[in-house]
Amino acid sequence: MRPAFSLIVFTTLSGLGFGLAAILGLGLIMAPTPQWWVIYNGVALALIGAGVLSSTLHLGHPERAWRAMTQWRSSWLSREGVLAALTTIILLGFAAEGYAEGHGNLKIGIAVALLSLATIWSTAMIYASLKTVARWHHPLTPFVFVGYAISGGLVLAAALDALANGGISLLAQPALMGLISTAIVTMIWTKQAGAEGSGSTPESATGLGNLGEVRMLMPPHSEENWLQHEMGFVVARKHAAKLRLFSVTLAIILPAVMVYSAAASSAMLVLAAITHVIGVMVSRWLFFAEAKHTVMLYYGARH
Amino acid sequence: MTDMPAPSEKKLGLVIDLDICVGCQACVVNCKEWNTAGYGAPLSDVNAYGDNPSGSWLNRVHTFEAGKGAEARVVHFPKSCLHCEDAPCVPVCPTGASYKRAEDGIVLVNEDWCIGCGLCAWSCPYGAREMDPAEGVMKKCTLCVDRIYNDTLDEEDQIPACVRTCPTSARHFGDLGDPNSDVSKLVAERGGFDLMPEQNTKPVNKYLPPRPRRQAADDDTSVDLVALAKTDEPSGFWSWLDKTLDRL
Ligand code: SF4
Ligand code: SF4
Ligand code: SF4
Repeated sequence: MRPAFSLIVFTTLSGLGFGLAAILGLGLIMAPTPQWWVIYNGVALALIGAGVLSSTLHLGHPERAWRAMTQWRSSWLSREGVLAALTTIILLGFAAEGYAEGHGNLKIGIAVALLSLATIWSTAMIYASLKTVARWHHPLTPFVFVGYAISGGLVLAAALDALANGGISLLAQPALMGLISTAIVTMIWTKQAGAEGSGSTPESATGLGNLGEVRMLMPPHSEENWLQHEMGFVVARKHAAKLRLFSVTLAIILPAVMVYSAAASSAMLVLAAITHVIGVMVSRWLFFAEAKHTVMLYYGARH
Repeated sequence: MTDMPAPSEKKLGLVIDLDICVGCQACVVNCKEWNTAGYGAPLSDVNAYGDNPSGSWLNRVHTFEAGKGAEARVVHFPKSCLHCEDAPCVPVCPTGASYKRAEDGIVLVNEDWCIGCGLCAWSCPYGAREMDPAEGVMKKCTLCVDRIYNDTLDEEDQIPACVRTCPTSARHFGDLGDPNSDVSKLVAERGGFDLMPEQNTKPVNKYLPPRPRRQAADDDTSVDLVALAKTDEPSGFWSWLDKTLDRL
């Protein structure tokens, strides 16, 4: 599948924003002043906003995007839209309510945390529910998304905490745990997801298997069409291996080392959050680039 | 609403005969011709006369080779939306633009609601949906809904454009929900099949397999074309003439 920049930015930033929102909701970091409270919530809202804005860039008709809220009964994309809007509104209320004291109401906060999780889950389910893309259609896919969102949120929260409260953050340990668990889930997912293929073959796609192996002789048109452009993206194996190394190093290993070693340095934690985001973007690029769609069986793919 | 309707009794669709399709692309062209002026926005092209033309089409003809050696067959393979009974492209739509008609099972896109997110095309295993490059909305085969119920057309024209135009009658249109319809009988007779049955989409459209060869092409009966093409070396007078002329 084509790694569209807008979708990489959308899933990474809004995931991180909702991850941070969940941590704020649970009251895991304290703001020393109302200004810091505004910054905490502002960072979460800005990330969510940037992500959602980027996702609308992907649309042919962004001005009708509100219609995407109507089919929550059947569509994960619609659920994602409804939950993202709802969570954002409640987060705004939570932030406003807690302004004076520098921390929010715990009950509203728990709602923010649960809704944030549900939003991240729905984003992942847009992909995980597609039977046509074996790589995505795996039970661990939503856990990978939630893992990155929560561990990223923890790293970011630790950085904000250290900046606001002078150096030390108690969230460094949980952030480390989050990164390690995410790494484990991602490793299993990378190995398993799509390993068995979609179950479809050129033979089943054409129904000509009884004649023997089916090969493409001529494509339907001389030049690449939208289907091939959108779903025919292939990445060389050696490039994928290199990029995976990059992504694990940037998203997990470096932030983990920095979070662990630098309990005292807020600059280091900020750097950890930045490398993490870049690493997640690389991993999202691979999430798309390595995914194969059954339609390509009609265009010469073997599986 | 993108909730699926209860399975309709009437299941309109196409039956495509892979035995006789000659890959002439007439259905592809007539489909575009009819639909670019009919249902919804025109089917646009990008760079139509340049060196990298592309555009949206509702029907494309692929060509495959199946089997090896003497038994290998070239099969032309027209493909448009199969109007699946369990169409995965419908429930994923966030706007309700993608829907399946309760009365006859035709799967359509309401282009005024479509936001062009492309998710329905991702969920279709067959590549039957294409984003229109100019309009930013999803395009797909309408089963020529604006022909088949259109009383202003002559009766013989009240069938899909691709079916009407096919010079070899490789495409048939009818009600596959009715076991006594011509198309259902054809499917039963010829062993019509589903594409990618393992995707559980329950396509309404069926494909008819290439017929078996009349004669098995084993080594005894096959003709050695290379041997036939060989001419005898000239001899006698002709050989002398040949050589003399060469020498001159
Ligand atoms: S062929 Fe594709 S677009 Fe048509 S109904 Fe089936 S899943 Fe939907
Ligand atoms: S592209 Fe249009 S029809 Fe398809 S899922 Fe999106 S809104 Fe629905
Ligand atoms: S039924 Fe109509 S829209 Fe569908 S492939 Fe045939 S001509 Fe095109």
